[in-house]
Amino acid sequence: MAEIESHDYDVIVIGAGGAGLRAAIESVSRGLRTALICKSLLGKAHTVMAEGGVAAAMGNVYEEDNWKVHFRDTMRGGKMLNNWRMAELHAQEAPDRVLELEAWGALFDRTKDGKILQRDFGGHRYARLAHVGDRTGLELIRTLQQRAVSMGIDVFMECKILRLLSDSEGRVSGAVGYWRPTGEFVSFTAKAVVLASGGVGKSWKYTSNSWESTGDGHAMALWSGADLIDMEAVQFHPTGMVWPLSVRGILVTEGVRGDGGVLRNSEGERFMFGYVADMFRAETAESEEEADRWYDDHTAGRRPPELLPRDEVARSINSEVKGGRGSPHGGVFLDIASRRSPEVIRRRLPSMYHQFMELAGVDITREAMEVGPTCHYIMGGVRVDADTGAATVPGLFAAGEVAGGMHGSNRLGGNSLSDLLVFGRRAGMGASDYAEGRLGDPSVDAAEIDTIIADSLAPFTRESGENPYTIQSDLQEMMQALVGIIRTGSELDTALEKLGELRERAERTSIKGGRIYNPGWNLTTDLPSMLTVSRCVALGARDRKESRGGHTRDDFPKADPEFGKINLVLRQPAGGGVEGDIKVSPEPLLEMPDELKELFEEGH
Amino acid sequence: MTTVESAPATPVILGGTRGGPDKPTLRKDRWWVSPVVTVSVLTTFVVYATWAAFSNRNYYVGADMHRNLISPFYSPCLTESCVPGSHPATVITWWTISPALLILIFPLGFRFTCYYYRRAYYRSFWWAPPACAVADAHVRYTGESRFPLIVQNVHRYFFYFGLIFNVILTIDAVRAFQQPGLGLGVTVGTIVLCLNAGLLWLYSLSCHACRHLCGGGMRTFSEHPIRYRFWKFVTPLNARHMQFAWMSLIVVGLTDLYVRLVASGTITDFKLF
Amino acid sequence: MADITMRVWRGDPGGGGFEDYELQSQEGEVVLDVIHRIQATDAPDLACRWNCKAGKCGSCSAEVNGKPRLMCMTRMDQLPEGPVTVAPMRAFPIIRDLVTDVSFNFEMAKKVPAFDPAPPPEGGYRMQQIDIERGQEFRKCIECFMCQDVCHVIRDHEENKPNYAGPRFFIRFAELEMHPLDTNDRRELAKELGLGMCNITKCCTEVCPEHIKITDNAIIPMKERVVDAQYDPVAWLGRKILRRHKLTAEEAADRG
Repeated sequence: MAEIESHDYDVIVIGAGGAGLRAAIESVSRGLRTALICKSLLGKAHTVMAEGGVAAAMGNVYEEDNWKVHFRDTMRGGKMLNNWRMAELHAQEAPDRVLELEAWGALFDRTKDGKILQRDFGGHRYARLAHVGDRTGLELIRTLQQRAVSMGIDVFMECKILRLLSDSEGRVSGAVGYWRPTGEFVSFTAKAVVLASGGVGKSWKYTSNSWESTGDGHAMALWSGADLIDMEAVQFHPTGMVWPLSVRGILVTEGVRGDGGVLRNSEGERFMFGYVADMFRAETAESEEEADRWYDDHTAGRRPPELLPRDEVARSINSEVKGGRGSPHGGVFLDIASRRSPEVIRRRLPSMYHQFMELAGVDITREAMEVGPTCHYIMGGVRVDADTGAATVPGLFAAGEVAGGMHGSNRLGGNSLSDLLVFGRRAGMGASDYAEGRLGDPSVDAAEIDTIIADSLAPFTRESGENPYTIQSDLQEMMQALVGIIRTGSELDTALEKLGELRERAERTSIKGGRIYNPGWNLTTDLPSMLTVSRCVALGARDRKESRGGHTRDDFPKADPEFGKINLVLRQPAGGGVEGDIKVSPEPLLEMPDELKELFEEGH
Repeated sequence: MTTVESAPATPVILGGTRGGPDKPTLRKDRWWVSPVVTVSVLTTFVVYATWAAFSNRNYYVGADMHRNLISPFYSPCLTESCVPGSHPATVITWWTISPALLILIFPLGFRFTCYYYRRAYYRSFWWAPPACAVADAHVRYTGESRFPLIVQNVHRYFFYFGLIFNVILTIDAVRAFQQPGLGLGVTVGTIVLCLNAGLLWLYSLSCHACRHLCGGGMRTFSEHPIRYRFWKFVTPLNARHMQFAWMSLIVVGLTDLYVRLVASGTITDFKLF
Repeated sequence: MADITMRVWRGDPGGGGFEDYELQSQEGEVVLDVIHRIQATDAPDLACRWNCKAGKCGSCSAEVNGKPRLMCMTRMDQLPEGPVTVAPMRAFPIIRDLVTDVSFNFEMAKKVPAFDPAPPPEGGYRMQQIDIERGQEFRKCIECFMCQDVCHVIRDHEENKPNYAGPRFFIRFAELEMHPLDTNDRRELAKELGLGMCNITKCCTEVCPEHIKITDNAIIPMKERVVDAQYDPVAWLGRKILRRHKLTAEEAADRG
């Protein structure tokens, strides 16, 4: 075998967003040799994009708030498909994680008496999002980054992991990848591996996600024999910018709606009042007057329908656009300009104002924004044990977006940052416990490494082949059209066929240039993950013959109680690898204990 | 390939070959306009001020013209040679050259060590750098970390002296309402001196050292509400420090020129009311 | 028909040169959009760092027409007529094309001593909004490192790099100095890491995409704090007499 750079650690963490950083901090604080590996520079992870805040029932603004209310909101938002234990731990531990950030230097906005200020967000009964203006994600990642740096964590930046490595007993024991700046390969052996690799959005044409969100963690876990669940549950943010081009895909935070922004169609109608589902009717305003009273005093009226959970909003927008009442570029209008003074808008939404002004010359204090559903987040992911983050293969742990279960079929805004913190820590603890208890040095198969390296270099050896960018763009078009926000059985079958063709094409790419920071080559190594997760999403979407949360079937528009009792589990038969078949099997949800079930009865 | 066991986590190169063409700048805009303007204005001022300070005449318009106007370059006039009336008391007898030279070190020192002027002359005179992303003109550079430039840190002491001068020039401006033999009134000269004093106050209060001393140096504001109010007051002024620096510089020169022209009889100080 | 010319630096540590790419302009484009179109067609191996394409991550820093800019925030329609020059950041070693090795910044980050609060009182920490707003401004920093790139202290003087933290870390020092809960005194350290090298020519402030007033709100206040500690005659005398222990960068780093 070619000799390559190799490192040995107790714990390696793949991904340096909020979850990865938090997991690594936990493992280092336990005194374990820890490596943090990321595809980009440290601190650039997609976490920086989160604007709204960290949901945590601290009760600083509304004393009535507590973890049980947060738990219930989360489960309801997820249409009860959530792993109840994750939702419970999340609701219970989020306040501590937020206070921990504060002790590490985060500067959250304050209440008058000096506590952390919390704000309203869609789907949350009380104002509970700790925030910093509209750049909470940046605050979170910078705080964790600075904490990690001060602890002296080894960080491997711009290092792309290609595959996880297992020992002869099937325990995950390392990983192999390459340095993007040099193109040189690097292998790791580790007693435990934490996946914190984020999402999959790059498989869609309109997405808020960056180039990094190619689903590497989802795919690598599957290839190593781990289960994925609920991959059809993909969240499309209802209000991504659709125009102009330079801001396409940029999300307009729900805070705009929390602060008074309303959705209108091309006829100027505030259309959300026509889409309130029975489930939410009791707590949603019936008239514009009632809704407008709510902004100033939450007890004077019920919530405006613009603040319904985001899947409800996304679906409504889709219906308006399909009904021919959309904006010129295929979205709807989000109007805060006519409802709040320019000063208030600039103060409440400073970076949003500055971003649109600078990027596209759009002044949100003067004109309405054109928005539409944009691929944003995947609720599904690696099936994990709630308490430890352990995946279904030994030695592998997952946290954050790559882990499934926490958010059920739909995620509430603000719950992802708290998810990162709570389960980042738990996966770090789980991995540390496992690493400490694991006997012997982890071993990996050198021949396997050679094969992986040879495969990844193959595009350089092909004289003629396809441009990987063309394949990526065809994949994105196809997924947007056939596995988008509204799905039907026949389109999903077509999608699966086309995915087969795309996979064949992806095996015939060719690359020019060298290995040093070659984005074309880097893309060929991302394509296998993108194709695998796309297939997982399409398979899950095909088999979940109902509409629930982020998953909407045109041919099955209603939620089916029977489907509400199962997760769709995807797995590859052992040794399946990158090419292997994926099996989908329905498996029952975890049974919720009675005391938690009661929270959903009693007319809460 | 060789095996590198436990290599550093990130291969770190602090130095190394740089990218891009080896040119001082790739800027195509007229980046040189700003340094040229700065050099022109500052040079004009320095030449004029030097001449005015050495001239030792025509700096005071007194009772013979029914006015009480003193050039800011010569106030306070502290030596025996001062024109009678230009200052109430003579204090220094051993100084025999121009009285301006005795005092100008303070306002000049204030401006020389001012954070804004430093930026202006480091860029335009020193070319360190002439403009952003334009290569600086020096082989070695140690900035303000060593003598002599480390002395720039005395800025706040010049600020204190500047305040004393502001008080004196404000008194001068008030005295300019006197029209000996005619009573109180307002002339163009009065307005010029008031404008000058006002701009000098704005320049001083907007100073970065002032902002620091008002309250910027504190870790927490909430425990010091009064100093916080001071800080809140000077902070928006500080944002306009550059404008005040230029306006007060030009006006102080023009004030001297105005007094000089009136004193020499070249023009008449027009009485408004 | 092609109506824009992109003059893009192609090269590595071995050398390089500008290469022209002719494209048809599209409505509402930024420089990064055009670079991506070049990658997808003419030059799949054109190296360029980017992530969020929304001005929030600070990855796509480059020098557009000679000035440090985020490529994702530079609209094509606001650039003057003629070829658009895109070159890598000048202050850092080149990796390839538009990508530079910014390790300098991550090394300097390690030298900033960690936030060090007193233990929380009963009921948790309390902070007032007015006390955290100064720090919040600095925490807007997206670490695009353009302030570091444009700063002539290291841009034009490679030899200063080991002893100069640069504007990005001066705002970090300022942020910690102004943090209501922090207990460290970092003035000595800020001085050791080159605060005195800064001659406040304000280019860092000019290029900051987050419009942080780096010079006015961080560097000058830090310089004034150093004056408090170093050039205040009374304090200076006191130090001479008491020979107060001096915290060096290395010691601080060791303390973690």
